[in-house]
Amino acid sequence: MNLNSFLLMRHELILIAVVLLYLASEIIGGGKNKRFSLNFAVVLFLAVTIIGFLPISTGTMFGGMYQTSPAIILMKNILNAGAFIVFLQVVSWLKKEENDNRIMEFFILIVSTLIGMNYMISAGDFLMFYLGLELATIPMAALAAYQVYNLKSAEAGIKLLLLAALSSGIMLFGISMLYGASESLYFTDLIRTMEMNSMTVLALVFIFSGLAFKISIVPFHFWTADVYEGAPMSVTSYMSVISKASAAFVLMSLLFTVFAQLKEIWTPILYITSVLTMTLGNLFAIRQRNIKRFMAFSSIAQAGFIFLGIISGTQMGMSTVIYFLAIYIFSNLAVFGVAGAIYNQTGKELIDDYAGLYKTNPALTLVMTFGLFSLAGIPPIAGFFGKFFLFTAAMESGFLWLTVIAVLNTIISLYYYLLIVKAMYITPNESPIAFFRSDFYMKMGLILATIGILVIGFIGGIHHYIYNLSFGIL
Amino acid sequence: MTMDFQYTILIPILLFFSFVYNILWGRTRSPKIAGLISTTTILIAAVLSYYTAYQYFFNVGLVNGSYEKIIAFKMVWLHFSDTLVVDMGILLDPISIMMLVVVTTISSMVHIYSFGYMHGDDGFARFYAFLSLFSFSMLGLVVSSNIFQMYIFWELVGVSSFLLIGYYYQKPSAVAAAKKAFIVTRFADLGFLVGILLISYVTGSLDFAVLTDPNGPVMLQGASLGFMGLSVMTWALILIFIGGAGKSAMFPFHIWLPDAMEGPTPVSALIHAATMVVAGVYLVARLFPLFHIAAPNAQYVVLAVGGFTSLFAAVIAITQIDIKRVLAFSTLSQLGYMMAALGASGYGAEEGIGYTASMWHLFTHAMFKALLFLGAGSIIHAVHSNNMTDMGGLRKYMPITHITFLIGTLAIAGIPPFAGFFSKDEILVALHQSSHFWYWVEVITAGLTAFYMFRLYFNVFWGENRHYHHKPHESSLSMTFPLMFLAFMAIVSGGFFMFDFGAFISSNLVPYDIHIHWDIAGLSIFVALIGISLAAMLYLKPSGISTKMATALGPVYKATYNKFYFDEIYLFVTHKIIFNLIARPSAWFDRHVVDGFMNMLAWITNFVSGSIKGLQSGQLQHYAMSFVSGAVALALFFLYFMTR
Repeated sequence: MNLNSFLLMRHELILIAVVLLYLASEIIGGGKNKRFSLNFAVVLFLAVTIIGFLPISTGTMFGGMYQTSPAIILMKNILNAGAFIVFLQVVSWLKKEENDNRIMEFFILIVSTLIGMNYMISAGDFLMFYLGLELATIPMAALAAYQVYNLKSAEAGIKLLLLAALSSGIMLFGISMLYGASESLYFTDLIRTMEMNSMTVLALVFIFSGLAFKISIVPFHFWTADVYEGAPMSVTSYMSVISKASAAFVLMSLLFTVFAQLKEIWTPILYITSVLTMTLGNLFAIRQRNIKRFMAFSSIAQAGFIFLGIISGTQMGMSTVIYFLAIYIFSNLAVFGVAGAIYNQTGKELIDDYAGLYKTNPALTLVMTFGLFSLAGIPPIAGFFGKFFLFTAAMESGFLWLTVIAVLNTIISLYYYLLIVKAMYITPNESPIAFFRSDFYMKMGLILATIGILVIGFIGGIHHYIYNLSFGIL
Repeated sequence: MTMDFQYTILIPILLFFSFVYNILWGRTRSPKIAGLISTTTILIAAVLSYYTAYQYFFNVGLVNGSYEKIIAFKMVWLHFSDTLVVDMGILLDPISIMMLVVVTTISSMVHIYSFGYMHGDDGFARFYAFLSLFSFSMLGLVVSSNIFQMYIFWELVGVSSFLLIGYYYQKPSAVAAAKKAFIVTRFADLGFLVGILLISYVTGSLDFAVLTDPNGPVMLQGASLGFMGLSVMTWALILIFIGGAGKSAMFPFHIWLPDAMEGPTPVSALIHAATMVVAGVYLVARLFPLFHIAAPNAQYVVLAVGGFTSLFAAVIAITQIDIKRVLAFSTLSQLGYMMAALGASGYGAEEGIGYTASMWHLFTHAMFKALLFLGAGSIIHAVHSNNMTDMGGLRKYMPITHITFLIGTLAIAGIPPFAGFFSKDEILVALHQSSHFWYWVEVITAGLTAFYMFRLYFNVFWGENRHYHHKPHESSLSMTFPLMFLAFMAIVSGGFFMFDFGAFISSNLVPYDIHIHWDIAGLSIFVALIGISLAAMLYLKPSGISTKMATALGPVYKATYNKFYFDEIYLFVTHKIIFNLIARPSAWFDRHVVDGFMNMLAWITNFVSGSIKGLQSGQLQHYAMSFVSGAVALALFFLYFMTR
């Protein structure tokens, strides 16, 4: 192994360098110059995101512990882009006095989780996978508790940490069973020796539970609403898109590779949990008054839809999952961006507060509407194509009833997404949120999210591009 | 050959630009400019459409005795998988060209009319922006070359309809109506979407050219696989028809249309009378060979739903007082005619008379119904009320509105030589060939139509003079010109084309001649005259005018009038029996049961959502408990499942 082959890990290495640079700037500057810290963090990460898209070779390292493929690299880039938009949207919040002296802390923690996710996605071995997973989780708990002076935020951090520990425990239990069954943790060995017996089935169920926890699949979803509500808006936004998308991607590649032999088992598991997740997520969402809790349940419901693509077990299904995740990231970021802008300005985060927003802040309202319509799957906005492809994939594999249930669920979801739209445009309000201007970064963040939504939907070639890539993990 | 029509891409694109301009900069310029831009673009689109129609029908369309389907423009848009690719394209064939003409004509008239009607309104630029958006989406819909593209435009049309119904967003009833329309049609559209999924699953194609090829493999696919006794193709088409029924407001999805009258009246004329609501009919016509050959059961559903809706809506129309609502229910009824005609039609030249008749009725109906709505708008503009009870004797004040409205009324009642007579006659011929039951239903409906339309006409223009706050006056030229133009069309689009419409449109694209069947036509004229005489007796107040009308209507009126006891019976039948026993209950059923069912669905969802709220307690122990039990339950279940 020569030095060159380390370049396969370019994404991770760059992120590690970024963490060190952030740390160094904090030590040298002492965090005195707020403006410089923020600009430095955002601009550096923009460079990282762009470099990520430069061509890179694929292969394996460390005897198969680490692997990359075109699909994995695409996923990493999507995660980077999403994180970059989060960065843009977080600036106006970090500028506040309450966050003085802790600005870099935020960026360092976020990039650390991103490193964890990158390793998790690229893992070729359960040990690597587990390390990545933990690296992605523990800083996340610290982020959730970022507003230590706020009781709810602290509670969110503790809840996430404890439940994540529980889920890791169960998952480790599953991994140890796999090791017991085949005496190896390398994916390549496991694929070769995997056969169906009680031990592997238990291992599958436990590993699935651990990942389902991260994706917020019913009945492993309970932490979601509380943590989302307690954590700062930007952290919630980050968790709901980047964390979830990476976990969903990993779950899909594990099921397609390591557990391919157990398809008969995981198909019904996905079926049941998908139906439960879509339906319960939707039913809970209707009642929510707080935008963060609302988005928590909306993100649960969306997770149920992702399973439609995985369950189909086809190349079309897989590429659609990646496609859907990308759309989901942009749509959620549009909604959270607007919610964050409003929260930073006024401290309001109830849906009722949004009444009459259209009259005072039409541009924000429009971005929010695009995001919500995309999540609801209203054509011709991107979310519709994502859902439509998922439905087609599930249907082509013969899951007629699952598709019908999913379609019915989109009706329910349409109802509650429209509730917000209705509040913004129609509900009369004596004292709507006054007009305000967002800073440059926030504007860019919202514009990028909106462009993402529109472009992914209208440019048909994107799905085809992903379709051709995703051969890699089959 | 196809190169000739590439410019047709401009027709929708121009309107899209007009929308973008008006929505972005319309507010900052004078409102007149916004209106002028929208109106100019739609007029250009209309001219291009007429030119296309001329070129197609008279120069290049006819090849070897049958009309060609021309793909004027095409690009790959979505790539599902290696086998399923969706294009974005423009398909020109007789019906899409006819729709181009209808949409651009009516839309142009509405654009001109709105200059007067919306004058001084705050959202003038916004209004014209939405009109452009609607016209763009509707034109995109009619030229779609595949069903998926059509679905996208279908939804866009729904969105613009939503925006226009809710145009007076300060008014809670308008907002509620917009929401209702959007949700009911969305609900139906999901049927459409599942239908598309099924079709793509069964046939592997979404192209209209492939799907409607009568000799293609598609006709046999999906015939064997069954669910509940019907083939998959039948289910797919029924689901697609549900989408069409939602947009065309067929029973039981009709509930949104009467409420949609909350929008500005020109919008009602354009969207909820002439163009958008016929999209469902157009959809069925587009897929007609598939319906007829591959799924006759689905075609029968179309016939039954259409036939029932036409009668049901006509009965309800009798009891309405709001003039726009009368017109809304009459639209439902006429759409029912078009659907029923498609449902009854055969495939071929002469056998396909129902297909031709349906499209013909779509054409004439667009003209006379837009005329009636715009006339109603002119009346409302003058009287400032929607209620018939606030009107009367208006013929003296508004001569142009009066004459044009009368022409529209005669056309819809099916009196020759006005347009509605010819198209309705052909529909009745088609029904006569296929099903006697539905034939008689539609004959009765024809009588009811004449009755309620003349009830409206007499109440508004004749009857006693009201005391108006200020004297009503005739509307300005920008409003009366469209009325006159459409009145002209309502006269000539029937008789003028009488022997020609079959030469343009037929189910198998082969031109043929249409003849008037005087036996059937005679009966329908007779029934219509009975309806008119009844309306005259009941609503033309005895103020010396009735005698004039009596002579005008001739022997029919006299015969009825002289037999005085008949009058009593009619009064009894109409007021006591039809009103109380049929029309009121149907209106009640409509309001409480059909609406109520939709409300109940919403209520159940809310209730379930409320009752499970307690699960989310905030207690960490509970969460951990549920996590572990979830994992254990899955493990136990699958271990059991595996060892079984």
